[in-house]
Amino acid sequence: MTTPVAERLTSLVAALRAHGIRVGTGETVDAARAMEALGFGDRELLREGLAATLLHGSVQRPVFDPVFDLYFPRRVGAPEAGTADREDLRERLAAALAANDEALLARLAAEAVDGFGGYGSPGSDGWSSYQTLDRIRPQTLLARVRADVQGRSGGSGFADRLLDDEIRRRIEAFRGLVATEARRRVAEQRDRDQIARRAVAPTADRVDFLFAGKSQLAELRRTVQPLARKLATRLAARRRRAARGSIDLRRTLRGSLSTGGVPMRPVLRRRRPARPELVLLCDVSGSVSGFSDFTMLLVQALHDQFSKVRVFAFVNRIDEVTGLLEHGAADAAGLGARIQAEATLTGWHGSSDYGVALGEFAERHGEAIGPRTTVFVLGDARTNMSDPNLAAVRQITERARRVYWLNPEQRTQWGTGDSAAPEYAELVEMHECRNVRQLGALVGRLLPI
Amino acid sequence: MDHPLGLYTATALEAPLFTSVDDVSARLAETGYLASPSVATTVFLADRLGKPLLVEGPAGVGKTELAKAVAKIAGAELVRLQCYEGVDESRALYEWNHAKQLLRISAGRDESWDEARTDIFSEEFLLTRPLLTAIRGDQPKVLLIDETDKADVEVEGLLLEVLSDFQVTVPELGTITATRRPFVVLTSNASRELSEALRRRCLFLHIGFPEEELERRIVRLKVPGLDAALTESVVRVVGALRAMDLRKVPSVAETIDWARTLLALGANTLDETVVRDTLGVLLKHQDDVLKAAAKLDLDAL
Repeated sequence: MTTPVAERLTSLVAALRAHGIRVGTGETVDAARAMEALGFGDRELLREGLAATLLHGSVQRPVFDPVFDLYFPRRVGAPEAGTADREDLRERLAAALAANDEALLARLAAEAVDGFGGYGSPGSDGWSSYQTLDRIRPQTLLARVRADVQGRSGGSGFADRLLDDEIRRRIEAFRGLVATEARRRVAEQRDRDQIARRAVAPTADRVDFLFAGKSQLAELRRTVQPLARKLATRLAARRRRAARGSIDLRRTLRGSLSTGGVPMRPVLRRRRPARPELVLLCDVSGSVSGFSDFTMLLVQALHDQFSKVRVFAFVNRIDEVTGLLEHGAADAAGLGARIQAEATLTGWHGSSDYGVALGEFAERHGEAIGPRTTVFVLGDARTNMSDPNLAAVRQITERARRVYWLNPEQRTQWGTGDSAAPEYAELVEMHECRNVRQLGALVGRLLPI
Repeated sequence: MDHPLGLYTATALEAPLFTSVDDVSARLAETGYLASPSVATTVFLADRLGKPLLVEGPAGVGKTELAKAVAKIAGAELVRLQCYEGVDESRALYEWNHAKQLLRISAGRDESWDEARTDIFSEEFLLTRPLLTAIRGDQPKVLLIDETDKADVEVEGLLLEVLSDFQVTVPELGTITATRRPFVVLTSNASRELSEALRRRCLFLHIGFPEEELERRIVRLKVPGLDAALTESVVRVVGALRAMDLRKVPSVAETIDWARTLLALGANTLDETVVRDTLGVLLKHQDDVLKAAAKLDLDAL
């Protein structure tokens, strides 16, 4: 294997590692052998070969593909046939979308970025997929493409009602191609390693809850069930270990009488199989609702691990939403909206107020908490400058077995602005919980068994 | 390439099965398995690098079928280890035939203990289970470890020795090393996270739902009687259902079932009534059926 290729491979591996994908030396060597076996004739085969040897799970694939595109680009430099005529390009794009010709779409993406994506001085300081898409506006081609396809097939069969969605998916794919192409052009000008680390979106489980877009949240929601299954096995394992608990001294000594007072057989303390109770207090105000929704769904999916799960939602007033959540598992996307619509969460104003909400909880729903209850508070502790009502929190901690606070904000942000996080953190154990990975680790560790 | 770290000395001991990726696709297709480029590439590499293949993906996309197809191509015996909760060493690896050992002891009453001992721990009394079967003998073999995620974590430890060195240690007999490496396929539905150590020893392949064009070819191959236009509509509807947010999206197996149903019903084209009446073949939850019916405008009648 020639040095430049080996170097290319190792920098690809380094970029993957920077995204938190663990790739060992052994796998890198395997990847090199795969490259040797496959040759460089077909780029897509090379992509699959490297993915098979370097990756360990399908969640890593969305990171791998753009990184691969940067290190093994489809072509170098500008496309041969450039165009500056916007209408002409749109015309050809519509035809390609109607025919669903993927190779042609990729070429058009290159032309589009070349023609409309450059900004700055004429040699171009950079390439922007946003600017390209803003000028080409592929989404406005829908009607034209639909007419084109229908004109060609002529029929109005049953499957034609799916046409709009299919065309939308093709347009979405084209947008992806443009983004890839823009990244490639930028990487040619600047440091490729930098772009591979910065411009590629992280894996879904490392996306910040607070900055996740709509589609990312939808993707996260799909991971709830598998994650819950994993956590359930982890809890079961912890339970098994805990069942073989500490030594019961009294019964060990009693048993030792038959062996002349020598404790031959230690007797272990038996645990009472009592399933713990769980209470969730969730801030569902706009800023953190993505985080709360996700956690609620996760806990709901884990509900058979507990004897009782009760979920309360608040903005500045608190209300129980356990029932909504039970029925809502089928339609996870609409959960947030339904909670907002059906529960009484706001009083005189619409912004969150932790002090009032927690006070109301301690007063009205205090009976929900007993000595076997573990309480999780989910929220950023941004209480809009009002009184944090530490007395109510103290009251809750006194009655509950444990209280944990999961905060979706970065730890360095706690206490800035209107955040009352440090005050609350003195009373309850507060953890930073910014993404699914952290949440999974925390839930697996903190949930009572 | 040489490996200064000495990490990899493993190469396939015998001539590779395939000459190129296209060769893989063509020969898989002969057995009736239409492979996507990613499947063909990974199978080719698993053969070339002599590494086990870990296949993940939703139910019904042909993970197990892949192993069967490879076995058919190679003219190899398929050895299958079906994992389940509680599968253990004596089910996966080997077991001593106690009853036969007792018979042997009582049959030779007047021989010395030393003679009897060396005799009853010989191969004659060994019951080989799939993992040991797969690495013994000179015939080509394909080892399929199905639903690996269902097995307990302890079994993974067992697999590590077999999969990295292709050897099994039986204390009474010594270490048995493969004279001919089997082609190993592990499947998993990801109901449990497999350990990193096991993943590192394998090539990873995720089989997702096929592209439209490939799925059309699969339906045409499996249900040859269905008319081409109807096949296309079937695949398009299934594609649309997969894009919806359903509890259980239809897999390739369901597509084929649906195509067969339509053929049996003698439907010539898809219309609201046919789709509504047969949606149960594709979707297995009532919530999903209702949601899909709403999205496909089936209630418009």
